[in-house]
Amino acid sequence: MPDAPGLELLRGEIERDRPGAVLATSFEREQGALLADPEQILAVLAWLRDEPGQRYRFLSSLHVADYLPAEPRFGVHYELLNRDRVERIRVKAMLADPGDGSLPAIDSCVELFPTANFQEREAFDFFGIEFRGHPDLTRILLPDDYVGWPQRRDFPVGGEPVTFTYNERNYG
Amino acid sequence: MAETTALSERRETEIMTVNIGPHHPATHGVLRLVVDLEGEVVRDLRPVIGYVHTGIEKSCEDKSYWKVIPFVERMDYVSYFFQMEAYCGAVERLVGLEIPPRAKYLRTLFLELNRIHSHLVWLGTTALDLGAISMLWYCFRERDRILDLFEMATGQRMHTRYFQVGGVIEDIPLGFEQKCRKFVSEMPVRVGQYEALLDRNEVFLQRTKGVGIVPRERLLELGVTGPLLRAAGEPWDLRKAFDYLAYPEMDFKIPVGTVGDNYDRYRVRVAEMVESASIVAQCLDALPEGPFIADDRKYVLPPRSELSTSMESLIHHFKLVTEGFRVQAGEIYYSIESPRGELGCYVLADGSSKPSRVHFRDPSFVNLQAFRDMALDSYVADMICSLGMLDPILGGVDR
Repeated sequence: MPDAPGLELLRGEIERDRPGAVLATSFEREQGALLADPEQILAVLAWLRDEPGQRYRFLSSLHVADYLPAEPRFGVHYELLNRDRVERIRVKAMLADPGDGSLPAIDSCVELFPTANFQEREAFDFFGIEFRGHPDLTRILLPDDYVGWPQRRDFPVGGEPVTFTYNERNYG
Repeated sequence: MAETTALSERRETEIMTVNIGPHHPATHGVLRLVVDLEGEVVRDLRPVIGYVHTGIEKSCEDKSYWKVIPFVERMDYVSYFFQMEAYCGAVERLVGLEIPPRAKYLRTLFLELNRIHSHLVWLGTTALDLGAISMLWYCFRERDRILDLFEMATGQRMHTRYFQVGGVIEDIPLGFEQKCRKFVSEMPVRVGQYEALLDRNEVFLQRTKGVGIVPRERLLELGVTGPLLRAAGEPWDLRKAFDYLAYPEMDFKIPVGTVGDNYDRYRVRVAEMVESASIVAQCLDALPEGPFIADDRKYVLPPRSELSTSMESLIHHFKLVTEGFRVQAGEIYYSIESPRGELGCYVLADGSSKPSRVHFRDPSFVNLQAFRDMALDSYVADMICSLGMLDPILGGVDR
C-alpha cells in the first residue's frame, strides 16, 4: 500500500502527464487517498489503471458520501485495487452542489470500469449525482417516480408516527 | 406444406418480452427479470431490483454506532455474521481498537460456520431449481445444526448481534466446543453425500456442465468476486490476500475451477464448505485463552458483575447505552470475503456518536451485473440455473 511519501510521488507522476489533476493526497488509518480534480477524474483513473507499474485494474467499490456542512459537500469515492501487489488506493472527487436546482455532475467511468454501471446508478438514485455519459442513468433501487435524493444529509429521515390508540383515547 | 414452413420461420424470429418475478420462487427473493425471448432462447435480459429496499443505510445515520449492528445484519440475511464483521471491523479500525486474540478466533469460527450455512442454503435451493428436491431437505438438516450452534452461543438462530465493537458479546458456553467439533467432523462426510447425490446425476450434469460460461477477464471487468470468480480459475480470496482476524494462522486452500461454467461454480462452493469446516476445527484447536472482548471502557460495556460495585463502571455503562461512544472524524473502507465475494463497508465518522454514512459494497449487488452475460443466448431453463449459481441474496442487493 503506498504510504504518505509514496502518495506524493504518485501525485508527482500523475501531475507530469496531467498538471493539476491531483489536488491533494491523504494517508490516514493505513489507507491512502488521492483527491482528484473532478473535471479530470477519468484521466486520473485511466492513468492508475493503465500505467505500467500502477495497474490498479479492479474497481472494488464506487460510493458517495455527503460531507455536509463542508464545501464542496459530495465526495465520490473510487476504491481501486491492484490484485497482483494486493494494494488498495482510494480516489476521491469532491463535487459542490450547484445550488440552482441542477445536479452536481461528474464523468461516468463505466467505459473504464464496467462494474461501475450499477454503482453509479445507485449513487445517482440516492445522492442525485449526475454521471455524464452513463449508458442508462435511471433510478435503480427506488421507484422511478420517486422525488428527492434520500441519502443526502439534509433529506429528513421521515417515517410515520406510531399511533398509541389507548393513550389517545384516554388521555389524548 | 409450404405454409407450415412459413409459419415456423415466423415463429423463430418473433421476440417476446416476458416478465419473470418479482414474486417467483426461482428468483430466490424478489428479483424481477425482464427477458426478451426468441422461442425458448434468451436474447436479452434486464434485472429490475429494489423491491426489498428498506433504506437501511439511511436509517444507520440516525443510530449510535453500537445500535447500527442489528440493522446491517439484516441486509444480506443469509450471511449476517459477515455484515457484522464488516461493520464492526470498520469501526474498530476507525477508532484504533485492537481486539483480543480469543475474539479474533471466535469471530473466525462463527464466520466460517456462517459460510457453511450460507452455502447450504444456496445448494439446497439451487438444486431444488434443477429438480433435485431431496437436496433441500438434506442441506437444511445440516443448516439446522448450525443454527442450533448459533442459538447455543448467542441465544438467536439468525441475526445474532454476537459481534461487538471490540470483540464478541459473550464467551462460548460449556458444551459448545464438543457439539461444534461433532458437527465439523461430520460435515465433510455430509458434503461427500451431497456430491454422491449430484455428481453422478445425469440430469444435474447436463443442466450445469458448459452452461453460463463467462470469461475470466469479463468477470473481472464487471467487478465479480467470490466463488463466481474462483470458478473461472482466478484464485482471488480476501482471506488470503489481506490480513484480518485469525485467517493468517489458518491452514486452508482456495478451491478454483477451470472452465467457469455452472458445474464449476457448484464444485467450488461445495469444496469451500469442506475447507470452512476445517477452519472451524482449527479455530477450536487453537482457541487462545483470555478475554473475549477488548478492555477499553470508552467503547466496550463493562462486565455486568462490576455494575453493582463500581460507580465508574456504572457511569461508563450509562454513557455507552444512552449516548454511545463518539468517533473522531474520519473514514474507512474495510472489506472481507463473504460467501458471495468482497463485502466492503465504508463508514464516515463526523466526530459525533452517530455515523454520518454507512455504505455496504454488497457482492450480490455487483455480481448481479454479470447475470446478463451468463444467461445470454441460453435457454430459459438454463437462465434459472445460472441465476441460482449466481446466488444473489436480494436483501443484500436492495439493502
